[in-house]
Amino acid sequence: MSETTQETTTVSPVGIKARHKRFLWIIFGLAFFAAIVALVLNAFGSSITYFYSPTQVVQDEAPHGRAFRIGGMVEGGSVVRDGSGLTVRFNVTDTAETVAVVYTGILPDLFAEEKGVVAQGKLDEYGVFQATQVLAKHDENYVAPEVQAALDEAHKARAAQTLEQ
Amino acid sequence: MIPEIGQFALVLALLLVMVQGTLPLIGASKGISAWMALSRRTAQGAFFFLSLALGCLIYSFIVNDFSVLNVANNSNTKLPVIYRIAASWGSHEGSIMMWVFMLGMWSCAVSIFSKHLPEEMVARVLGVMGCVSMGLLLFLLLTSNPFDRLFPVPLEGRDLNPLLQDPGMILHPPMLYMGYVGFSVAFAFAVAALLGGRLDATWARWSRPWTTLAWCFLTIGILIGSWWAYYELGWGGWWFWDPVENASLMPWLVGTALMHSLAVTEKRGTFKVWTVLLAICTFSLSLLGTFLVRSGILTSVHAFAVDPQRGMFILALLALVIGGSLALFAFRAPKVGTGGTFKIISRESALLANNVLLAVACGTVLLGTLYPLFLDALKLGKISVGPPYFEAVFVPLMAPLVFLMGVGAVARWKEATLPDLWARLRWAAAITLVAAVALPFILGRTSPTSVALLALGFAMAFWIITASLAGLFDRVKYVEGSFREKLARQPRSFWGMFAAHIGVAVFIIGVTVVKGFEIERDVRMTPGDTVAISNYTFRFESMGERTGPNFHASRGTFELSKNGKPVRKLYPEKRMYFAHGMPMTEAAIDSGIFGDRYVSLGEPINDGKDSWSVRVYHKPFVTWIWYGCILMTLGGLLAISDRRYRVSARRETAKPSLPPLEPAKLEKA
Amino acid sequence: MKKKLLLLIPLVVFFVLAGFFVVGLGLNPKEIPSPLIGKPVPAFSLPDLNAPEKAVTPQDFLGQVWLLNAWASWCVSCKTEHPSLARLAKTSDVSIIGMLYRDKPENGSEWLRRHGDPFTVSIADADGSVGIDFGVIGTPETFLIDKQGIIRYKQTGPINEEVLNKKIIPMIKELKQL
Repeated sequence: MSETTQETTTVSPVGIKARHKRFLWIIFGLAFFAAIVALVLNAFGSSITYFYSPTQVVQDEAPHGRAFRIGGMVEGGSVVRDGSGLTVRFNVTDTAETVAVVYTGILPDLFAEEKGVVAQGKLDEYGVFQATQVLAKHDENYVAPEVQAALDEAHKARAAQTLEQ
Repeated sequence: MIPEIGQFALVLALLLVMVQGTLPLIGASKGISAWMALSRRTAQGAFFFLSLALGCLIYSFIVNDFSVLNVANNSNTKLPVIYRIAASWGSHEGSIMMWVFMLGMWSCAVSIFSKHLPEEMVARVLGVMGCVSMGLLLFLLLTSNPFDRLFPVPLEGRDLNPLLQDPGMILHPPMLYMGYVGFSVAFAFAVAALLGGRLDATWARWSRPWTTLAWCFLTIGILIGSWWAYYELGWGGWWFWDPVENASLMPWLVGTALMHSLAVTEKRGTFKVWTVLLAICTFSLSLLGTFLVRSGILTSVHAFAVDPQRGMFILALLALVIGGSLALFAFRAPKVGTGGTFKIISRESALLANNVLLAVACGTVLLGTLYPLFLDALKLGKISVGPPYFEAVFVPLMAPLVFLMGVGAVARWKEATLPDLWARLRWAAAITLVAAVALPFILGRTSPTSVALLALGFAMAFWIITASLAGLFDRVKYVEGSFREKLARQPRSFWGMFAAHIGVAVFIIGVTVVKGFEIERDVRMTPGDTVAISNYTFRFESMGERTGPNFHASRGTFELSKNGKPVRKLYPEKRMYFAHGMPMTEAAIDSGIFGDRYVSLGEPINDGKDSWSVRVYHKPFVTWIWYGCILMTLGGLLAISDRRYRVSARRETAKPSLPPLEPAKLEKA
Repeated sequence: MKKKLLLLIPLVVFFVLAGFFVVGLGLNPKEIPSPLIGKPVPAFSLPDLNAPEKAVTPQDFLGQVWLLNAWASWCVSCKTEHPSLARLAKTSDVSIIGMLYRDKPENGSEWLRRHGDPFTVSIADADGSVGIDFGVIGTPETFLIDKQGIIRYKQTGPINEEVLNKKIIPMIKELKQL
């Protein structure tokens, strides 16, 4: 493309044409760039899921009617399977607050009570989290960073409370 | 004793690459040929010591030397020998060791197969590779020593992560690393060209086979990884857009662009600056991939040991290698000069457009992968970017890419005309159109979205196949002889391109059909129950137990029948590994040319009747995804074996300073 | 000149990325220190697992360096770290207090009988209330406490040989000399 630039300076009759062409190229490039940005923004808009801790959900900071992720520990003794099918109910806790989660399907290998979990889904009108996806991590010792952060936050908040009292 | 030898070998290798990374480079700029001559010997010596070190590490794993920390943490006496060997590169330390070893291997290969290159070029290329080796060896020795001792010696090791105890995992990392590291050769050639100011068609011819070979390894590595995730994770998916997967996809995309851009630079002498930038970016993305995976900076299903100190070290290394080479690029690229011109409608512009599309695709993947990190760093909340983002961005970028793939393969260099292109491609276009419209209906789909998606997929696949055939027809039209002779006269590089492009089509068919027709069902089954999907029936016969070398498994027996006739038994397992206490799903797959039937066990349901939650799949044509990748790799290998490289190698020894080909300028003059 | 600036774009993009990585590494979840580090150990009074009538409090360990290990019989990772803890108990005279977390005392005693008891003293936190004060989010977690009763280090997840050799043992040595 720089070849054309050189031509602009040396051969004047071609120069106008070349400048014209260059202008077209710039327009084309900008249009392409705009299309990509539109594509990316559109894709982001529909597939970004925010992450909330149980405390945030209980304090009503999480959206209603929009999918998000919730993370924490599966509360010990809270996993209940319904009689007939594959529906599971369990509580996710960040040690400060607890949110009930319902999920139908097969849970990942590493899903266990007292272990970290991330669930994706929506809150229903009763405040129960209807999960469409449950993720547990591949390492039994591993806590997802979001889960860790949620737990730490809850802990800090509680520590602050006890100090105030 | 053996680990000490390994450690010592690493130190010796470091000393050698220190020489390799400095003296030849200085020698090349000052014209001291004795210093330049050091490059080959040091590279070979370093490779010898790196092999010795790797050998010592593997030996320590085989003999269960738990006095080595790395062995104690990643192996176990009950682990089968083959996995003990694989465990040598299963850990963080081991994988970096593997990385360095392979870098040594590629350097050594360059030192052997570079007889026809000017001494100065060899010195620079090996010098650059030496610098990279130096950085990684320092990283290995200072922060991730694979031979660190442990005292007192434990009686038993912690065992290898059960997920990695799988044939796919034995091969996946070495192949992937061969690819990642292989791009260092293209990178070194590019940096050497910037340093020396020599960047012409011969330069491109030298770098091409190396780049293609690395690309082949990377393709196979990604393929094995995807296949492994498919059958080992028990979710039936073959690509999850997980950060670790994306880390390997990005260099592949840019590497693909680089391969094609090099072809143009070799044949037409154009795109030089762009080619150099792609070469730098491809290797940079390989390094970045290693960084992202090893630093634990991103949340991923692949949870590796997280150590910020290591992360800092790799980041510093990245800054030096990538920052340094990009700075060099910014200052030296204007001196490289440009090549011949071409018109908007020409093979060059089709290839350039595809290059841009591939680079943009890589950019969007990078953005999606790092976006959560950006937001988190700016304290804007914790988010995750899901597969829908990647699919929504990737498919619209791939559609024009595939269209141009067909056009580029038949368009003439320099200048093509639309009527001429139309004449060559009209049959291809007609067949594509008919197939895309008819096939979804023939296959019994009526809902608008699924018809549209299927039509798009089939259109892309058929377009590639028919346009490639049109290209083949064009080439043989004027060749004398029988049809067989006509085909035999085509150079291997053409067949390489042909095979690789058909591979892309096969891949697209696989993806399209799986997306459109896969059936997944999660059911609760008690022995005796059946579940039917399409014309297959799975009958849950019984539940049993099995004890493996280092695990205990609950094993289900399923009978698969097609149209009522028994096909075979399937034995999915739920394993519990002794050392990790970690449950692992082992899916059972009935695999065929036209797809897979897949059963995996969920979890037992305590109702006293041996009930389990079970996941069954019918995945038509999923195997075509892997076949496509294999074809692409074969295509790459065919292209490398083209005799042109050997012939030109001989010619260049006689005439070392061939001027760059610039036919466009000549014609103008 | 304009062209030269264009060629600088890749470099600039890279350094912006690198900037984010530097920040990102700092955000590393495992780097976030426990809010309890440097704070006095939370007060508790829990029954001795082997002698339930006896209460154990942090005051019992004032003047010595000790470890508090929260574990449970249902916890798989606790079994993983068991050999390392046993080795520490054998090779060092540091007191290791095992806190059975959210588990029935009889399960805990049974587990210790079967796998060996590395603990100097075992206490039972059956309802997990003391665990909460310690910010225990999962088992195993281990706290290293100095002679003044200040928490100095927290290990989330199992102790492996690397952690033991590189962190815990050197820290114990150091704290003992204070």
